[in-house]
Amino acid sequence: MPDMIPAADTRPMLETQDVARFFDVSRPLIQRLLAGEGKRMLRAVDGVSFSIPKGTTLSLVGESGCGKSTVARLVVGLYRPTRGTVIFDGQDLAQARADSTQRRRMQMIFQDPYASLNPRWRVRDIIAEPIRAFGLLKTDAEIEARVAELLTHVGLSPLDGQKYPHEFSGGQRQRISIARALSSNPEFLVCDEPTSALDVSVQAQILNLMKDLQRELGLTYLFISHNLAVVRQVSDRVGVMYLGRVVELAPAETLFTTPRHPYTRALMEAIPDLDMTGRQRIPVGGEVPSPINPPSGCPFHPRCPLANDRCRAELPQLIPARDTPEAVVACHAVEEGRDGGPMPGVALAETGAAVAAS
Amino acid sequence: MQAVRSFFDSDLWWSFTRNPVTVVSAIVAAICIGGAVLAPWIAPHNPFDLASLQLLDAFKPPAWDADGERTYLLGTDDQGRDVLSAIMYGARVSLLVGFLAVVMSVTIGVTAGLVAGYMGGTVDAVLMRIADIKLTFPTILIALLIDGIVRAALPRDVHDQIALYVVIFAIGFSNWPSFARTVRGSTMVERNKEYVQAARVIGLGRGRIMLTHVLPNVLGPVLVIATLQLGFAILAEATLSFLGVGVPPTQPSLGTLIRIGNDFLFSGEWWITIFPGVALIVLVLSVNLLGDWLRDALNPKLR
Amino acid sequence: MSNTRPLLEVRNLRVEFPTRRGTLVALDDVSFDIHPGEVLGVVGESGAGKSMTGAAIIGLLEPPGRIAGGTISLAGRRIDNLPYKEMRTVRGREIGAIFQDPLTTLNPLYTVGRQLVETMTTHLPIGPGEARKKAIEWLELVGIPAAAQRIDSYPHEFSGGMRQRVVIALALCAEPKLIVADEPTTALDVSIQAQVIALLKTLAREKGTSMMLVTHDMGVIAETADRVAVMYAGRIAEIGAVRNVVKHPSHPYTIGLMGSIPPISHRLERLQQIEGSMPRLSAIPKGCAYNPRCPHVFDRCRSERPELIPARDTQAACWLYDPASGTQAAEVRADA
Repeated sequence: MPDMIPAADTRPMLETQDVARFFDVSRPLIQRLLAGEGKRMLRAVDGVSFSIPKGTTLSLVGESGCGKSTVARLVVGLYRPTRGTVIFDGQDLAQARADSTQRRRMQMIFQDPYASLNPRWRVRDIIAEPIRAFGLLKTDAEIEARVAELLTHVGLSPLDGQKYPHEFSGGQRQRISIARALSSNPEFLVCDEPTSALDVSVQAQILNLMKDLQRELGLTYLFISHNLAVVRQVSDRVGVMYLGRVVELAPAETLFTTPRHPYTRALMEAIPDLDMTGRQRIPVGGEVPSPINPPSGCPFHPRCPLANDRCRAELPQLIPARDTPEAVVACHAVEEGRDGGPMPGVALAETGAAVAAS
Repeated sequence: MQAVRSFFDSDLWWSFTRNPVTVVSAIVAAICIGGAVLAPWIAPHNPFDLASLQLLDAFKPPAWDADGERTYLLGTDDQGRDVLSAIMYGARVSLLVGFLAVVMSVTIGVTAGLVAGYMGGTVDAVLMRIADIKLTFPTILIALLIDGIVRAALPRDVHDQIALYVVIFAIGFSNWPSFARTVRGSTMVERNKEYVQAARVIGLGRGRIMLTHVLPNVLGPVLVIATLQLGFAILAEATLSFLGVGVPPTQPSLGTLIRIGNDFLFSGEWWITIFPGVALIVLVLSVNLLGDWLRDALNPKLR
Repeated sequence: MSNTRPLLEVRNLRVEFPTRRGTLVALDDVSFDIHPGEVLGVVGESGAGKSMTGAAIIGLLEPPGRIAGGTISLAGRRIDNLPYKEMRTVRGREIGAIFQDPLTTLNPLYTVGRQLVETMTTHLPIGPGEARKKAIEWLELVGIPAAAQRIDSYPHEFSGGMRQRVVIALALCAEPKLIVADEPTTALDVSIQAQVIALLKTLAREKGTSMMLVTHDMGVIAETADRVAVMYAGRIAEIGAVRNVVKHPSHPYTIGLMGSIPPISHRLERLQQIEGSMPRLSAIPKGCAYNPRCPHVFDRCRSERPELIPARDTQAACWLYDPASGTQAAEVRADA
């Protein structure tokens, strides 16, 4: 019950400080020596800082390879950071993970509903696994009752517990995943692309369910997605990632009405126009560079229409943007006022619906 | 009861009934195995009961031959033992050796593969190099080596007592790398699946994740290889026994029978060696055909 | 456009999958036309049969699937019953195919230049030298930088987006009359998707090629297609001009589908959702396949199967728009 400990309320649920994670992608030692090359490091996440206040949702968006899924795995302890610290409710994550009463407070929902449930287990055992692992309930009857309650809560029937995962559709499996995540009464949920493998009508069901659960249970979400429209529906704040760094972090409303970073603008520009205004879109050129050899200076400069010599040489820091200081933006052009100031997000604000390609 | 019903409703059973070769192999294998296991109760004679042996009945040809006798359907050997009964008792030994050898290979191989695949890194490298080294030695060579060491180290009567287990160990120990490699490959795939990550988020230990999550999902191919390896193990035992380093003559296996009968092949008593040989071929072939079918039926790509 | 003869005519197409538990009907009574130069979008959720329709047209149904009824005609000639070899010529020369994963189309062992040259010399009356020159032109046209050098690269040396451009060049270089593109942008990142869609659109228009664009993404359809067919449970639920289907859909399924797409322009407290999920092929409901999920369902929907009939601005397979359904339907229609 969060309201019983008022001091804890002001503390963020999760905070990352300059977190980085590199992966060694070198070839085997002998080949490397023969070819005379050094170690090759993939900088999946390279210095990410953010905090998530309790009961709110922070979303991270970006294209594949931007490091958003690695951040998700860092904050639940599946990866250890190469640099920096993750703080879970005021406590270092490694410490929190070592203590099962803290560990049960965080859970994760995965992208692929076909790979996230053990195909050999019955649904009731899948959902009961965290309850048993943390010893939350003692008797089988209690566990059975709790599983039935969880199944009902996510919109399934208690009878579904008897079945195996393959008997369910993708959307139903994602409901089972959510039930499993909720079974240890967590406060913090990391959701890694929870709807991107689902059909659009089912996606709406799952997003509504997640919003309902947040309201009822006071959950805190870290939401990872590549779909800007989905992100807009669920987020309080949004971080845009590019090549392992956060390039813009802002309240959702600010980000979608006045995107500042040129990459954020490019992402919005790339969304197909469902409203059929006949607007000609100018897609951003080029492709995401390799995180093994990131460009010098600002990682976005090879694709950026505003790039100049400073952008090519000097890495921009996240600082409050001119005119919209509630947003922090890592861009020299914004800092210098070369971006033309805040402008509405690609005429989206006034034209109504559009959809992100998923 | 429900498990039985769901088996007969499964795709596996369906593919089985649609495959005549497999059905025939299954029936043949069932007869061979049934005959071997039930030998003490259903064999027409007890070839090891010295009291019932009659040297007068030695070298009787099969029953359909003019000189044959009806009680000795497949004839008798040089000591008057009934060949059919000897085959049934021999198959019993062969199957026991083959089965226990496979159980041993599976145990070592699955454990090594699971640990190597899940832990990765140095553990993986070391275990797999050991498997590689093991693979460069032929089964027979290893078996001869182990048998030689045991023979040299132990007195003869002790050796005879444990000879059966030496053969099982020799064959079982030489076949584990094929299980280890397969299980390691599947484990590396399963380890990265999200259900394993979900278990890691809860904080389950490695051992528990390997046993409860990964193991049940990598056992499919193991079943297939085990069936095929049973055939190979029986053949390996027969080879060793034929070479005279296998099971002791007091407990003759099919291979021993073939070796003993071989001496009489050119003196006209062909049945003493040919029938055990045919029995060996039929047994191994039917088991292998079942293994092939199982491999195809469990392979989602071919379905 | 409607007074010219259609390039592709699909009539009452039925695709079946024999299984041990009986025959599954994957496509049932699917009929549509594609006119010269037209882009037809085929949209639907997974399992609706949209990819199956594309596969049936290019003759690449995965066994044991088979065409069990109906006809497919290209420029007046039936192509659904051609022998395998002849169909292969049609597939290269007259129909080009683009798939979701470019790696399934490109042979990893040959350079992209060799694959382009082979395709052109097989299907066009030109020699290898001229074909190579044209191959470089095509690579430039699809936006591969330094095409003259990149032509001798292998598929794995290209990034995902560049590979899909090569596939587009490969599909178009034999100058086919029709392109069947199955989820051509799904595997790509958002910013690359936009580039590829723009490219497809321009090329189809410039070359006058017709296109069947199969995707689950309404946004891509809205940007690219002239007409749209919405599929549900193996049948066409609604078909019409893209603007009408997107902005004024008639079929309750299309209305639900459009409503469940999250908007980017504003935040909704709750998204519209369609309850339940698409039926499995083995359990398609009697009557209208959508009836268990439909908010406007009435008696007739549960017993009789609707055909495509004129409905407001489009054609929809829905009893609401049949005058014979009586007053009950008229009331619902007025509400909807």
